[in-house]
Order: sequence, then C-alpha cells, then structure tokens
Amino acid sequence: MPVDMNMNILIVDDYKTMLRIIENLLKQLGFKNIFQATDGSMALKMLREGNYGLVISDWNMLPMTGLQLLKEIRADAKLKPMPFIMITAESKTENVVAAKEAGVNNYIVKPFNAETLKQKLVTVIGTF
Amino acid sequence: MGDTLQCKDYLSNRLKQEIKAAHEAIKNPLSPEEVAGIVRQVIESMEGDISPSDLKFYSELEELARYIRQAKHDIASIKPKDISTDYIPTATDELDAVVGATEDATNKIMDECDKLTLLADLCVEDVKNKLTECVTHVFEACNFQDVTGQRITKVVETLKHIDSRVEALVHAMGDEIHRGEGGTNGHQLHNIHGANPEKGLLNGPQLPQNAISQDDIDRLLSGE
Repeated sequence: MPVDMNMNILIVDDYKTMLRIIENLLKQLGFKNIFQATDGSMALKMLREGNYGLVISDWNMLPMTGLQLLKEIRADAKLKPMPFIMITAESKTENVVAAKEAGVNNYIVKPFNAETLKQKLVTVIGTF
Repeated sequence: MGDTLQCKDYLSNRLKQEIKAAHEAIKNPLSPEEVAGIVRQVIESMEGDISPSDLKFYSELEELARYIRQAKHDIASIKPKDISTDYIPTATDELDAVVGATEDATNKIMDECDKLTLLADLCVEDVKNKLTECVTHVFEACNFQDVTGQRITKVVETLKHIDSRVEALVHAMGDEIHRGEGGTNGHQLHNIHGANPEKGLLNGPQLPQNAISQDDIDRLLSGE
C-alpha cells in the first residue's frame, strides 16, 4: 500500500530549532501535514484528540519524556498501533534496549541526516 | 593543646601547694632531700591521674588540631565562597549565552533556507533540484545546535553539582572559612590568569545584557 503523503505526522521535541529541522526535512521528503508538540504530555493530548499516522519524538523532555509518551501510546487501546520513531541524542545501548522493550518502531541518533530519516521512515511506514 | 596546658597548670599548682605546706610545717627552708621528696610525690600523683599514654594521646590531639587549623586556613585562602558567588554563576551564564547564540544563528540560517526553497520553485527543474539538495544539507548541518545545547546543559549541571559540594564544604568548615574573605568582582574574576594589565581588556564576548550595541560604539567613537 502506498504511503499517504498527506498523513498527519506529529513531531515532538522541546528544542524548537529541532522541531523546525525535522519539519523541514519531512517537507523536503514530500510530507505535507506536520504538527508539533514540545513535550510528551502535550503530544499525548494531541494524539488523543486528533488523527495521526506517525509520531517522531525526542526522548529527553519534561514533564513527560519520549519514552513515557511511547509507553502511554502502547498502553492506549486506540493509539496502540501508532508507528513511533525516536530521534534522540541518547545513544547508550540501554536506551535503545529500553525503547525497544517499550515498543518503539525505530530509533535515530542525533545528529542525523535526511537520508537516515528517509531510510527509517521507509522501514516504519513503507516506501514512498 | 588545651588539655596539656590544663595538665601543666595542675602540676604547677600542686607543686606550689606542697612547697607552701612544707614551709608552713617546718617554718624553715627546705633541704634538697625534702624538695626531691616533694617532687617525687607530685610526679607519683601525676602518674596516677595522667598516664604517659594519655600524654601521648593529648599530644596527638594537639597535632591533629593544628592540622585542621592549617587546612581551614588553606581552604579559606582559596576563597571557596567565590566559587559559588562568582565563578559558577559566571560560567553558567556564559554557557547559557552560547546556547542562546547558536540557537539564534541556527534559526536565521533556516530562515534563509526557507527563502531559498521558495526561490527554488521559480527555477528550472534541474536548478530547483540542486538548490533543494543544498538546502536539505544545510538543515542536516543545523542538527548540531540541539546536540551542542544538550552537551552544554550537561556541563552546566556538572558545575551546579560542584557548586553544591563546595557549599557543603564551606558549611562544614564553619565560620573560619568566611572570616577575612572578600568577594571578587567581575573585573578581578577576569584577571585571574595573569598580571598583564592588558588582560583586563581581554574579556571575550560579553553576555547580551552586559554588551553595548554597535550603535553605542559608533556614538562613542564619533564623540556624541
């Protein structure tokens, strides 16, 4: 099934600069509907009220971290199947293991490039 | 040391009492034998109250007290309070300014990238693709700001940890640390690396709230 380039994508990061970078890269890749949240709790609220096809989230945020957001999503019957990509500077093995155990679909370490982002997107949502 | 002095006072008083008592008892000057007997008596009484090992113990305590006093003096001389009041706040402010400046610069770069993207739409396909590729690379490169910011935040946290430990040390060492301490001001702080008088002018970039604008500089130079 072809990827819907009009799907709503939620990007979550407490660094506004980073939100802008990810949004621009996604737009360069052809995605049109990108929304932003600055922490996990704001993202969770938006996800419960809206209709999104993908979450791309940072880990290190307050008051709700990216990992907590992921766990909340996987514990929510409606949101459970939501594709989730973690983009973070946390690059220790135990971080990746914890994210995997919580049900992350893919994991990108900052700094990253457009090619890496595209590869992971293809892995998670399919070829576009 | 106080205990040793007390011990000496005690022995001296005891000796005086014995001599006085002997004087009164015989109403005559004491013979050498009588004096020797009194001294022996006092020494024997001393051994009963304070053993040689006690004296050694008091001596060790005295040495320890001297060591602690010297340590307090040494710590006071490096002015640990300045670390909390001047050095750490200055360092954290500077690092915060680095994060702020790189964030501003990154946003400006991305603003220009947005303009280039709009211009690219006006170009022929080949040029448009090339421009889009360049803009993408610029966005990728802007990643550094987030990672740099996080690294600097970690450094700031470390500095705050050091600050709390120094504060605890100052507290534990008591008032002697504060006695005679004078705080440094910003100018002194920047001159810590040497006595070269010009070093007072080499302060590096200023925090935004401390800096003057180019307009202010122009006005100063033109004598307005």
